[in-house]
Amino acid sequence: MVSDRIDHDAAAGGTAELLLEARGITKRFPGVVANADVSLQLHRGEILALLGENGAGKSTLVKMLFGLYRPDEGEIRIKGEPVTLRSPKDAISRGIGMVHQHFQLVPVMTVAENVVLGAEPCRGRFIDQRRAAAEVRKLSERYGLAVDPAATVEDLPVGTQQRVEIIKALFRGAEILILDEPTAVLTPQETDELLQIMRELAARGVGIIFITHKLREVMAVADRVEVLRGGRVVGSAVPSRTDEAGLASMMVGRTVVLRVDKTPAQPGAVMLRVRALQVDDDRHQRAVRGLDLEVRAGEIVGVAGVQGNGQRELVEAICGMRPIRSGTVEVDGRDTTSMNAKAVNGLGVAHIPEDREKHGLVGSYTIADDLVLNRFDEEPFARHGLRDFTAIDKQAEQLVQRFDVRTPSIHTETNALSGGNKQKVIVARELSYDAKLVVAAQPTRGVDVGSIEFIHRQLVAERDRGAAVLVVSAELDEILGLSDRVAVMSEGRIVAMLPIEEADRDRIGLLMAGGA
Amino acid sequence: MGIVNALRRLSPDSRNTLVAVLTGLVAAYIAYGIWDFKATAVLGFMVRYSTPLALAAMCGILCERSGVVNIGIEGQMLVGAFVAFFGATWAGIVFGVVAGVVVGALLGAFLAVCAVSWRINQIIAGTVINILAAGVTSFFYRQGRTMKGSMPTWEIPLLKDIPLLGKVFFQNQPLTYLTFAIVIVLQVMLFRTPWGLRTRAVGEHPSAADTVGVNVSLYRYGNVAAGGALAGLAGALLSVEATGTFERGMTSGRGFLALAIMIMGRWRPSLAWAAALFFGLLNGLVNQLNFERVIDVPPQFIGMLPDVLTIVVLATFAGRVRAPAASGQPYTKE
Ligand SMILES: Nc1ncnc2c1ncn2[C@@H]1O[C@H](COP(=O)(O)OP(=O)(O)OP(=O)(O)O)[C@@H](O)[C@H]1O
Ligand SMILES: [Mg+2]
Repeated sequence: MVSDRIDHDAAAGGTAELLLEARGITKRFPGVVANADVSLQLHRGEILALLGENGAGKSTLVKMLFGLYRPDEGEIRIKGEPVTLRSPKDAISRGIGMVHQHFQLVPVMTVAENVVLGAEPCRGRFIDQRRAAAEVRKLSERYGLAVDPAATVEDLPVGTQQRVEIIKALFRGAEILILDEPTAVLTPQETDELLQIMRELAARGVGIIFITHKLREVMAVADRVEVLRGGRVVGSAVPSRTDEAGLASMMVGRTVVLRVDKTPAQPGAVMLRVRALQVDDDRHQRAVRGLDLEVRAGEIVGVAGVQGNGQRELVEAICGMRPIRSGTVEVDGRDTTSMNAKAVNGLGVAHIPEDREKHGLVGSYTIADDLVLNRFDEEPFARHGLRDFTAIDKQAEQLVQRFDVRTPSIHTETNALSGGNKQKVIVARELSYDAKLVVAAQPTRGVDVGSIEFIHRQLVAERDRGAAVLVVSAELDEILGLSDRVAVMSEGRIVAMLPIEEADRDRIGLLMAGGA
Repeated sequence: MGIVNALRRLSPDSRNTLVAVLTGLVAAYIAYGIWDFKATAVLGFMVRYSTPLALAAMCGILCERSGVVNIGIEGQMLVGAFVAFFGATWAGIVFGVVAGVVVGALLGAFLAVCAVSWRINQIIAGTVINILAAGVTSFFYRQGRTMKGSMPTWEIPLLKDIPLLGKVFFQNQPLTYLTFAIVIVLQVMLFRTPWGLRTRAVGEHPSAADTVGVNVSLYRYGNVAAGGALAGLAGALLSVEATGTFERGMTSGRGFLALAIMIMGRWRPSLAWAAALFFGLLNGLVNQLNFERVIDVPPQFIGMLPDVLTIVVLATFAGRVRAPAASGQPYTKE
């Protein structure tokens, strides 16, 4: 490992071919300068990590490198040659591939069809299915990207779909691969596999630009790090010569406390009681199978588990977003089993949903409107059936300030926010109305380290105020750092409930895997 | 043994189709053995009734597979029928049919402009076409014209001598054969060619297609215009070939029934054709029974059949089958 890295350092030092170069790139959006005079270089076989706070301009930068946006100023050079990238098509034809956060795959088609789409190998007028499959197999073997060419994409787990995206890029001859927060949606296991794949790709000469908020990943694979803040490159580093804390403070401009400080919980009355719950998933398979759970006021219960073991269905059932097959859910003594989402929310249940774009926001609304999305018809935001914009704006100003949402204005469309800032809008809204029960699914997905720290403190503050808090997260560290009790979920049931003192990594790992 | 293995390798879809076709054939021949003349009559009716429907359903498939809902098929057919017939009275049947197809394509292009470029609600755009078509064709309708010439019946040598099937499928008029060909070609193109893969991608996930360089608008324009041409042809078939005349509102809901058939055929040309044949058979049976006074249904009720069937099919199938995911949604680039 170590010797490996030294090699790459040497490569980055100038012996390896320069694949991509950005010079003085500037990009402005209404009210913000997303990139200001950004320059960077990517060499053959190098993994370059882009770090930065939410809204620092990372996604904007790589979107320009992929032809999705045009820079206002500056120049992009590929292998020394200046290029103008008008569309992804241009970028692809010049050997740039990008894996988007929202996969660009056709769910009902096979892996092979998705890979060859737009560049189909043909025999006469017809697609040569056999050759398409063979190409996929060839790439998947060469780079260790295990995937079945004949599988239908929608049946594949997220991690595998991501591999299909990578194969798709490689099939089009990508030598430069851009990955924008690829690990945000992956399980820890899948993440490790992806990091391995990235090393393999780099070893075979692919240059990779890698955006992530997880410093551990940066430390594990990056050869070089560029840090952005406020649209500018504020520093670069070599992981082997720094540590996570160093990177974090470079990003945020201050030291970040990566641990959550909290006093012991003072549990009160039972706020959430789930009994013998059975819930189906989207494919009508039983996902939650007879689950019992209690969360008390003044405590944080964390649900740990490998993704896809019924966590999503549990959360949606509690929040009234998914029909309950059998069993009961009670909130503060009221039976909510057959209530809809609005009614459950009205009882004082806050919900930070896992899929922020789909269930958390209306992207075409303004931030101010999204911040009162489930309170718009109540005092003080509405009076006598009319909306009170002064109150709404006041609320928005306050929340934007308090939760550090980086936006030019509260009247900006939420769509225009960076991923992490969208997440902050949802968290701000849900923690703004003194809920009795806070259900938080992946509350810090896509959020930078500084903001993670902040959101964690807010969740603890909710607890100390007397709310019951249920946190579901794929990040074991998050669960261990926040929870007072840890519920381990496996195959639709809570298989163990551990007080935090007894919850250690290995034991939970074993329980998650279905071991005793 | 070899046959069994070959059957196993088939996709469930093809297997079901095969089983359905074989069962149908056996039943048809048994019926033919007992009442040869009536069986031939019913199946003949089946083909005549189903052909314009199948063609119109192909229009629906082309449009929706690329992501545009075409509820204006009815109107496109009606205008196609009108233009084709009056074209035929003026300058002969070939001219008439070509004119019907061209006008159908123009109406398709109009829908594409509304849906793709102007992003108008596609249901509304389609409805506009239907209303315009009904109005325009009634207004300009003139009684008492006759076509210059009529569609010949072509017999396919050898094949026409197959008992029953020969008479039903291989002694038809040109546009009917053309429809058979279109269905088969479309089926192959949609699932075997780059064009088909791209069309389906555009209808399922336009931004995925866009990022790999497929021109979403171009594909939508092309397919919707081509769809319109097919609807126009379906209309021409109805007026110039099947009846030799034009009447006000002569499509009588067939455009909507075609949409139901498209759904029942799960947006696959061959399955949709099968669904159209099935409707044709039902109608043929009812007609025959009525003709023999086994049942006595007033003709108005027979006339209602397309609408009733549409409702029945939509109630049973819609919601259970999966439409192309982006169907009906305008595409905006990131
Ligand atoms: N399409 C857009 N229209 C207007 N403003 C935009 C648009 N895209 C991004 N911005 C703004 O540009 C800035 C940079 O956003 P960007 O998405 O690049 O951040 P990021 O570094 O990727 O953040 P995150 O870590 O949260 O994903 C933000 O202030 C954002 O509000
Ligand atoms: Mg981003």
